[in-house]
Amino acid sequence: MNIQAHDLTIGYPDRTVGRGLDVIVSTGEVLALLGPNGGGKTTLLKTLLGLLKPKAGEVRLAEKPLDAYSTRERARVIAYVPQVHISTFAFTVETVVLMGRTAHGSLFSRPSAQDRAVAHAALERFGIAALADRPYTMISGGERQLVLLARALAQEPQFIVLDEPTASLDFGNQGKVMNEIRALAKSGHGVLFTTHDPNHALRAADRAYLLRDGTRIADGPVASVLNREQLEALYQATVECLTDPDRGAVAFLPG
Amino acid sequence: MTRSALPGLAIATAVLIAGLLLAFTVGRYPVSLADLLNVLSAKLTGQTTEASPAVQNVILQVRGPRVLAAALVGAALAVAGTAFQGLFRNPLVSPDILGASSGAALGAVIGIFFSLGVVAIQAFAFVGGLLAVAAVYVIGSAVRARDPILVLVLTGVVVGALLGAGVGLVKYLADPYNQLPAMTFWLLGSLAAANVSDLLPLFGPVALGSIVLLALRWRMNVMSLPEEEARSLGVATGPLRIVIVAAATLTTSASVATAGIIGWVGLVVPHLARSLVGPDFARLLPTAAILGGGYLLVIDTLARTVAEVEIPLGILTAVVGTPFFIWLLASMQRTWS
Repeated sequence: MNIQAHDLTIGYPDRTVGRGLDVIVSTGEVLALLGPNGGGKTTLLKTLLGLLKPKAGEVRLAEKPLDAYSTRERARVIAYVPQVHISTFAFTVETVVLMGRTAHGSLFSRPSAQDRAVAHAALERFGIAALADRPYTMISGGERQLVLLARALAQEPQFIVLDEPTASLDFGNQGKVMNEIRALAKSGHGVLFTTHDPNHALRAADRAYLLRDGTRIADGPVASVLNREQLEALYQATVECLTDPDRGAVAFLPG
Repeated sequence: MTRSALPGLAIATAVLIAGLLLAFTVGRYPVSLADLLNVLSAKLTGQTTEASPAVQNVILQVRGPRVLAAALVGAALAVAGTAFQGLFRNPLVSPDILGASSGAALGAVIGIFFSLGVVAIQAFAFVGGLLAVAAVYVIGSAVRARDPILVLVLTGVVVGALLGAGVGLVKYLADPYNQLPAMTFWLLGSLAAANVSDLLPLFGPVALGSIVLLALRWRMNVMSLPEEEARSLGVATGPLRIVIVAAATLTTSASVATAGIIGWVGLVVPHLARSLVGPDFARLLPTAAILGGGYLLVIDTLARTVAEVEIPLGILTAVVGTPFFIWLLASMQRTWS
């Protein structure tokens, strides 16, 4: 199964952000979306999620136009992990994760015992079951990111789309989230995430998609797309590439 | 419900019972607790009572309808406030925010201006409230913007200001000896004129609106997340928002039609209820309704007992509500974010 977009023009009613974009994300693979601020990453993400209508072109989910899905049907296939935020009301962690079950219930229903079981399994998987009764507003940023991941998993989707999942996390939690992203692909999910750090793409993604000024400048396996020349062109800045002489692994440093 | 909901619900219920006892027994004609229980149980079982006819009259005819109306109006405003606060993701909004109260006010003063009967004035208030919210909604949706909620709130403020000007105009044109006092009295909010015939037109819409909101309790939890997040979780936020606004406006308009403008209840009570049982609407809505009933009973008892003349309800709720709001603003960080 895949999410596929062809010749997409993206943007808002009053302005166009990007043109001629072809994107494909398949189950079992991780695609990283990289590019400078204002280059259209978030707009593309929202268009692929069906939150924003494309200005031209079409997004297809499992060969069917994304438009043809109801909000609820879509939520059972694609889950969205927004940037970590502080919610207005102090829902418990368990309630936040249970919200991931919404699309599986009817308009008037409350989460069932089975929904609770799914939510707890998701909490267990990310090692945060102990937080279940804590208010979501009273846990750390890294814990919140894991809670939002657990909520996405509780949606039982085929695809998980993450907006800068590592943005506000400390070094250790960044690694943890990257590992979880890999694990999600291994369990058959298609994952799309945006990041500002090419090293995260190298570590967690199969493919990288480079977006600048609303135009795709490269799309391919991370090992071939992520090199010094491409990154310098992408960010219009100098980049240093370090290579581990023993393993051949590379890492990039800005400046 | 988990363990943490019950104590909060018990406290809210205790407040309601205390409010009921207070409202029935305290006043210019004090009634003893024994007489109250005696008369009420006799009424319920259909037996005769030894209480004097005067006591029976005070409990059943004078205070009874007013007590029921106060409890219903308090519950209605609290439920509407809870719904609006969740929908607008802001614990500082209240039922007045979408123009429901100001629309109802304009309807009522127009009714008084044309010297219509009580029922017609209530109907005008009701229709005015619904029309105002519909206007806010249509204008708010016509303005295309990234943040529809903010646009809706701002439109509500603007339309409310226009309706306020309309109320001012009608008052200016009104007969200063007969109509103006009636308008002023009504705009300040009062349950003094509540009688048995008010109860059904109040109870019907309040019950209908509350049932709709309660049925949508889980969806309302999700709706209190940012718009795009709620949609990505499978909630069709657009249609659902219309239903929630309509239900909350229905309960607000019905209570304004009965008791005039009583501000602040819809702001203060949801917040107190949230501190008792947390933000989950499944618990929050019933708790807010019970607490709101008790709260307005206490306020209404104060209104008719603390001074020689009756104090308008809107004034007392503002005296309590304004400091509360300031305290809320000051402690926002600590309590809800």
